[in-house]
Amino acid sequence: MRKIRVLVAKVGLDGHDRGAKVIARAFRDAGMEVIYTGIRQTPEQVVAAAIQEDVDVVGLSSLSGGHELLFPRVAKLVKEQMGDQVLVIGGGVIPEDEIPALKEAGIAAVFGPGTSLKEIIDFVHTHVNRAS
Amino acid sequence: MGSHALEQLLQEFYRGSKMAAARIISLVERNDPAGREILKQLYSKSGQGYIIGITGPAGSGKSTLTDSLVKLLRQQNRRVGVVAVDPTSPFTGGALLGDRVRMGELSLDSEVFIRSMGTRGNLGGLSWAARDALVVLDAFGCDYLFVETVGAGQSQVDVARVADTVIMVDVPGLGDDIQAAKAGIMEIGDIFVVNKADRGDADKLVRYLQSTLELGQQNDDEWQPPVLKTIAWQGTGVEDVLKGIMAHRRHLEQSGLIVSRRKQRLKEEVILQVERLVQMRLSEGFQSEEVLSRVYCRELDPWTAAKTMINSLSGKKCEARNP
Ligand SMILES: Nc1nc2c(ncn2[C@@H]2O[C@H](COP(=O)(O)OP(=O)(O)O)[C@@H](O)[C@H]2O)c(=O)[nH]1
Ligand SMILES: [Mg+2]
Repeated sequence: MRKIRVLVAKVGLDGHDRGAKVIARAFRDAGMEVIYTGIRQTPEQVVAAAIQEDVDVVGLSSLSGGHELLFPRVAKLVKEQMGDQVLVIGGGVIPEDEIPALKEAGIAAVFGPGTSLKEIIDFVHTHVNRAS
Repeated sequence: MGSHALEQLLQEFYRGSKMAAARIISLVERNDPAGREILKQLYSKSGQGYIIGITGPAGSGKSTLTDSLVKLLRQQNRRVGVVAVDPTSPFTGGALLGDRVRMGELSLDSEVFIRSMGTRGNLGGLSWAARDALVVLDAFGCDYLFVETVGAGQSQVDVARVADTVIMVDVPGLGDDIQAAKAGIMEIGDIFVVNKADRGDADKLVRYLQSTLELGQQNDDEWQPPVLKTIAWQGTGVEDVLKGIMAHRRHLEQSGLIVSRRKQRLKEEVILQVERLVQMRLSEGFQSEEVLSRVYCRELDPWTAAKTMINSLSGKKCEARNP
């Protein structure tokens, strides 16, 4: 079975990455290769890293706002530069009513604070594109 | 992957597409036959880049130092590739690859390519995939290639099998037992870096390393490995490390050692590939039952049995199935 490669990035200006690290470890424990890029990543940086790492999934985390602009920007750049087959997902502190707009903008799923890690991992397993 | 898609991928690669380079590395890494085919073609374009191995304990600052060195090389307008290897969990097969955290700004540099890799099945040693990724980035036109591995036994020795210059990174305060264990692997370092010199005891470690190096002084090539102090996250001392690399490179080139060393490394690599192919053939359900039962009945001794097996192996076509 082909190994799933996931890039986990924390966008936005705050320096808290505990949530992003928890999800990064959960992906690793689920047998995936996780490229962790750290805090305060710009969309351009995220996508440049995603390209070089040839990931199947880009996982974005945001806690302090900014996601309404940053997530769609990443999704757009990923689509332009890597194609449709890369899954972009997001998580963090994101108000329920903003989720539809994010999905509209190409974020495949948005996971709020209450989501179980298993749910996120299952989502990736089901939706990742395994064709090369 | 069809031959048309493969051809297209190669063309994009030659046009300088990072996406193409990244996909080629993935193909090679997952042992896709297309990856082998591409590597065959790229190999003749490689061999131009200068390979620097960076090894040492986890957390010693290897990635931070690499980031600093790459930035200096970028000021000289060099194209740089980085392959950063971290351990794969033997239990889950997963890996947390965190080296990019220290190299965030470099991601956007069009002349820098960074790739993180897990050790995957290659417990201990440097994976074939990492070696192959270096070939790909070399063919991609990188003037300098860095390979970062966590210093744990075999991978540390292996790094000397691919790198022209090996940098051993160390930090003060790891304890004497660890220092003692180091004595055995000191021969492979061309440059020793004591990082985190902002902490106490850096000078003590420098003296320790220097005295250990003097003890083991058996260099036929007359290169005296320098011991350099750095504070990598500030970039302090890193210019001296780069100067050390350049001095070592000049030494290798002027003495002609660069040629003999590379030849020796390639010889070792080909022999390893032979072993790998034989092992693959043997584990692929090679018909050995009959021979083995004859050994069991003492009709045949193991040595003769092995020779019989090798002979029948070479009769088969190795290319039939790509590794
Ligand atoms: N005190 C101190 N910390 C450093 C220095 N260089 C790197 N670090 C920190 O050491 C930690 C490990 O660095 P990293 O480059 O990831 O180490 P690696 O595991 O060897 O690649 C990070 O938190 C760095 O910020 C330094 O010169 N002094
Ligand atoms: Mg590192």
